[in-house]
Amino acid sequence: MPLSFTKRPSLVAYVTCGDPDLATTRDVVLAAIEGGADVIELGVPFSDPVADGPVIQRASERALKHGTTLDQVLKLSAEVRKRSQAGLIIFSYLNPIMRMGISRFCAAASEAGIDGALITDLPVEEAGDHLHEMRKRNLASVFLAAPTSTDQRLQCIANASTGFVYAVSRTGVTGVRKQLPKDARDLVRRIRSHTKLPVAVGFGISTPEQFAAVGEFADAAVVGSAIVETIERNPGKEPEAVAEFIRQLTAVRSQLSAGSAKG
Amino acid sequence: MATATIPKGKTPARGKKPAGSTAVPGRFGVYGGRYVPETLMAALEELEREYERARRDHSFQQRLGELLRQYAGRPTPLFFARRLTEKLGGPKIYLKREDLLHTGAHKINNCLGQALLVERMGKHRVIAETGAGQHGVATATVCALFGFECVVYMGTEDMRRQELNVFRMRLLGAEVRRVDSGSRTLKDAINEAMRDWVTNVRTTHYLLGSVLGAHPYPTMVRDFQMVIGREARAQILKAEGKLPTAIIACVGGGSNSIGIFHEFINDRKVQLTGVEAGGRGERLGEHAARFRGGSPGVLQGTYSYVLQDEAGQIAATHSVSAGLDYPSIGPEHAWLNDTGRAEYVPASDSEALEACTLLARSEGIIPALESAHAVAELVKRAPKMKKSDIVIVNVSGRGDKDVGILRENLKLQD
Repeated sequence: MPLSFTKRPSLVAYVTCGDPDLATTRDVVLAAIEGGADVIELGVPFSDPVADGPVIQRASERALKHGTTLDQVLKLSAEVRKRSQAGLIIFSYLNPIMRMGISRFCAAASEAGIDGALITDLPVEEAGDHLHEMRKRNLASVFLAAPTSTDQRLQCIANASTGFVYAVSRTGVTGVRKQLPKDARDLVRRIRSHTKLPVAVGFGISTPEQFAAVGEFADAAVVGSAIVETIERNPGKEPEAVAEFIRQLTAVRSQLSAGSAKG
Repeated sequence: MATATIPKGKTPARGKKPAGSTAVPGRFGVYGGRYVPETLMAALEELEREYERARRDHSFQQRLGELLRQYAGRPTPLFFARRLTEKLGGPKIYLKREDLLHTGAHKINNCLGQALLVERMGKHRVIAETGAGQHGVATATVCALFGFECVVYMGTEDMRRQELNVFRMRLLGAEVRRVDSGSRTLKDAINEAMRDWVTNVRTTHYLLGSVLGAHPYPTMVRDFQMVIGREARAQILKAEGKLPTAIIACVGGGSNSIGIFHEFINDRKVQLTGVEAGGRGERLGEHAARFRGGSPGVLQGTYSYVLQDEAGQIAATHSVSAGLDYPSIGPEHAWLNDTGRAEYVPASDSEALEACTLLARSEGIIPALESAHAVAELVKRAPKMKKSDIVIVNVSGRGDKDVGILRENLKLQD
C-alpha cells in the first residue's frame, strides 16, 4: 500500500494538474517525490473552485485555458505511476467525476495506479454511491474534517474514510497563512478519538517551521498553495524550483529525529 | 445534538447498496442534496434545525406576516390587464404585481424570512450574492432594518449593467464587493460568497437569494416565496371563480417561479410554464436555457440541470438580464421538469426587450428584464389559447434598474 506515512511528518504535496501544462506537471510531480514528498495530490482543475483561495484559482484557470480534463489527469497519473511508487491521490470537485461517471472514474483511476480520491464538495452523507464504487476498486476514500465538524460528524467521517483523514486546519479557503491556527491541534486530537487512521493537516502550511509544528501532533502535512505559487513564480524551471522548495521543507524532518512512525 | 441527518456511529450506506436519493432530506426526486466542503456542513445543519423550529413557531410566522404586510407591502395585487388582453386577442391576462413590493421585486419575501432566522441564530453578519442587484438591494434593506453588517458580492459585469442597484446597496449601508473572476456574473458572485462563508461561518449567515445551493436553501427559500402563489390562488378564485389555465413566470435560479407555482402543483389542470433566458443564440455560452442545453450535474451545493461541457466544466452563459444569467437552476424545477408537471421554454434577449416595451405601453408597467421573459412567452402563447382561458403572469420585479440597458438596446422614436 503506497499510502504510507512512515516519516514524521510525512509530506502530502498538492499540484493543480495542467498548470502550466501536463508535461510540466508530470516533471513537477516526479521532482516533488524526489525532493521528499510521500504522497501526491493530483488536483483536477475546475471552473468553480469554491473551496480554493486565489493561488489555486489562478492555477485552475491556467490549466483550463488549454482544456485540461480529468481523462488527461488520469493518463498523467499512469505515467507517474510507471516511474514512482509514491502515494497518488486524485483531488477533485465532484462535477468532473460525476460527468465521467463514478463507476468509470474508479475503474480508470484504479487502472492508472491511483491509490485514492478526495472530493472536496462531497460530504459523507452524499458519498454512498461513491464509497461503494471506490471500495470495489480498492481506492482509498479520503474525507475532509473541519474545525466546525461536530463530534457526531467526525465519527461519520472516520467511518467513511480509508487511507487517511484530511484535517482542515482552519475555516476558510486554501492558501498560505503566516501562522498555524490553534484549531488544527484541537481538531486532530478530536479526530484521533474516533479513528486510528493517519491524520494529515492541510490548508495554510507553507514554511519549514509550520511543517515541523504539524509533525508534533499529526502524521502528515499537506502543502498546496505554496507549491502552486512556486510553480507560478518559476516559469521554465518549475520542477527544479519545486524540488528545492520541498527539500527545504523536509530538511526539518532530520532535525526532528522523527521517531513515532505510523502505517 | 438534535440533528438527525446521520445515524449515530454509522456511515450512511457503507458497504451496502447506496441509499441514494433519500439519504438526505432536501431531495426533489434525485435532485437537490448538499454538496459543500465539510467546513460548511455544521452551519447548514444548524440552519436546517433553526428553520424547522421557526417554521412551526407561531410567533415567527406571525412576525414574518406582519413584516410582509407592513414593511414589504403584501398582499400584492392581481391585476387584470385589460388592454394587453385585447391586444393579444387570446386569454384573459392577469398580472401578479410583485414589482410593487418594497425594493422592487419578490426578493424581499425571502430576505425578511431569513433575516428573522439570523436574529434567532444570534448572528450579526450577513453576506449575499447578487446578479441583477435585486436580491442585493433586498438583503441590504433587511440588514439596515435589523441592524446587521452586510456584504454583497457582485460580478463586475453585473455591477456595470446594474449600476443603479450598486448605488442603492451602498446607500443602504452595505459593502458591495467586486468579483472579477470567471464570467464576472452571478455564478462567480456565489463562488465568492461561499468562500467568505467558509471562512467566517461561525459568525456569518449566507443569505442566499434563490432556490439554489445546498439543503435547506432550496426548500426554505421556496417556503418564503410560496406566499406569491397562495395570494394569487385566492385572488383569481375571487375574481374569476375558477383556477387559471396557465401560470407563466421567469426562471433564473427559480425563486419567483417556484413561489407562484407551488400552490398550484396539485391543481393538475393548471399549466405551469417557466421561462429561461434564451439569450442571443443556441450555442453553449450564448444563453442560460438549462433545460435546452444542460444536463444533470453538481454546482454550488446542489444536484440539478447544469450548462457544462463534456469534461464537466461549467459553461459560460449569456442573457441580457443579469438575474437569469446563471448556468444552473433550482433542483425542484429539475424535478418538475422531469416529471412533466411544469414545462420550461426559452425567450430570447430581443423577445424580452420587445415584451418589455409592450407591457410598458399597454398597461403602464415597466417590468424587470427578468420578468419580461415571462411576458415574451405570453405573447407567443396567447394567440393559441381560447378567450375563455385565464393566464397569470408573475411580474416578479420592476424595470427601474434596467432603464440603462433598455436605452442601449431600444431605439425609441422621439
